[in-house]
Amino acid sequence: MSRRYDSRTTIFSPEGRLYQVEYALEAISHAGTAIGILAKDGIVLAAERKVTSKLLEQDTKPTRSPPGGFHKCKSADPASNMICAVAGMTSDANILINFARQSAQRYLLTYNEDIPCEQLVRKLCDLKQGYTQHGGLRPFGVSFIYAGWDPQRQFQLYLSNPSGNYGGWKATSAGANKASADSLLKQDYKEDCTLKEACGMAVKVLSKTMDSTKLSSEKIEFATVGQTADGKIYQRLWSADEITTLLKEHDLAKDASAEDK
Amino acid sequence: MRGATILKASDDKTRQLNKHTLYIQANAQLYSMRNETDLSPTALAHYVRGQLATSLRSRKPYNVNLLLGGVDPITHKPSLFWLDYLAALAPVPYAAHGYAQYYCLSILDKHHHPDMTLVQGIKVLEMCTDELKRRLPIDFKGMIVKAVTKDGIRDIEFNDDKVVKCP
Repeated sequence: MSRRYDSRTTIFSPEGRLYQVEYALEAISHAGTAIGILAKDGIVLAAERKVTSKLLEQDTKPTRSPPGGFHKCKSADPASNMICAVAGMTSDANILINFARQSAQRYLLTYNEDIPCEQLVRKLCDLKQGYTQHGGLRPFGVSFIYAGWDPQRQFQLYLSNPSGNYGGWKATSAGANKASADSLLKQDYKEDCTLKEACGMAVKVLSKTMDSTKLSSEKIEFATVGQTADGKIYQRLWSADEITTLLKEHDLAKDASAEDK
Repeated sequence: MRGATILKASDDKTRQLNKHTLYIQANAQLYSMRNETDLSPTALAHYVRGQLATSLRSRKPYNVNLLLGGVDPITHKPSLFWLDYLAALAPVPYAAHGYAQYYCLSILDKHHHPDMTLVQGIKVLEMCTDELKRRLPIDFKGMIVKAVTKDGIRDIEFNDDKVVKCP
């Protein structure tokens, strides 16, 4: 009987649920894991990149996964002061990220300063929410983890999901194994940790939530927002070599002999 | 009274932008309500400039020059902007609009220095008004003086009745 309430997003089921939104959340739970950790001097975003086929062209740049793929993770930058990690359908995410970039640029044009992080997150969530209420269209099947900095609230980390809800977090995750990633983060998180410690925590959590225990730079993506010594905010998408170095530091890298097999 | 033109002495030409109403004021207020923070003076100045630039290319453009002063809600840094009816915006250390600027700017240029206090600023203002009393062809009836500080906007008592004699 539940079918009767499935096909339209606009209708509550007798139990008071919105099935389409829940299905969207379910779709996300099959996507690669993405985690974000807030440190006192920056934020780290880490995401699992699911390699579907050996033949698939791997981008040289770590920022972009192949377009249109289902359940891919990727980092993208909605505005100059923010970056985000995506769990869910990349194609849906592209639409939303394009919207976010436009919103951020419009704000920059009007006020000549960067859009405050929460405002941009709220704008995106307002758009996402629209699809849970009217139209009979499919909701966006993406969760975002946003990392950003603004002068009012300094470093901030947000998580949003298809329902249009968002929240600020100290450490959070999205995608497959969210529950276990969250509990690992809860265990390991230290207030006032440095960005470097947060990076270490991120790879450790990823190594435990991902299927393979040994990681490699092809399988994960890393991005950080931080502050230079002279107070400038930078954001950086890590190269494969940097990721490998980090993995080796924490003894999580796949060793060369295993790779040959 | 010496001239044929008289300025109404009690006309307050200042407007507090994050309070009260009218278009820009309403929009600044709306922003504050939506986002639970006030716009910074820089952001607001650019917003006003944008509105003025749009209006300039319309059938009935606004014909107004502005001076925008404010204190940043986060950094507590004060700033002053000069904006004319052609939507040219400039951050400035001191500014004047209208006919009075021809008398005042040279005084401000000589006596302004970057780290002066509010009290010193008012003294320089007094030098300007003294000059206006001496030289302005229309009857100069005084000033409404307000100060923007990090704690808000307050009126400042200003002695308009001071008699200035030409040397």
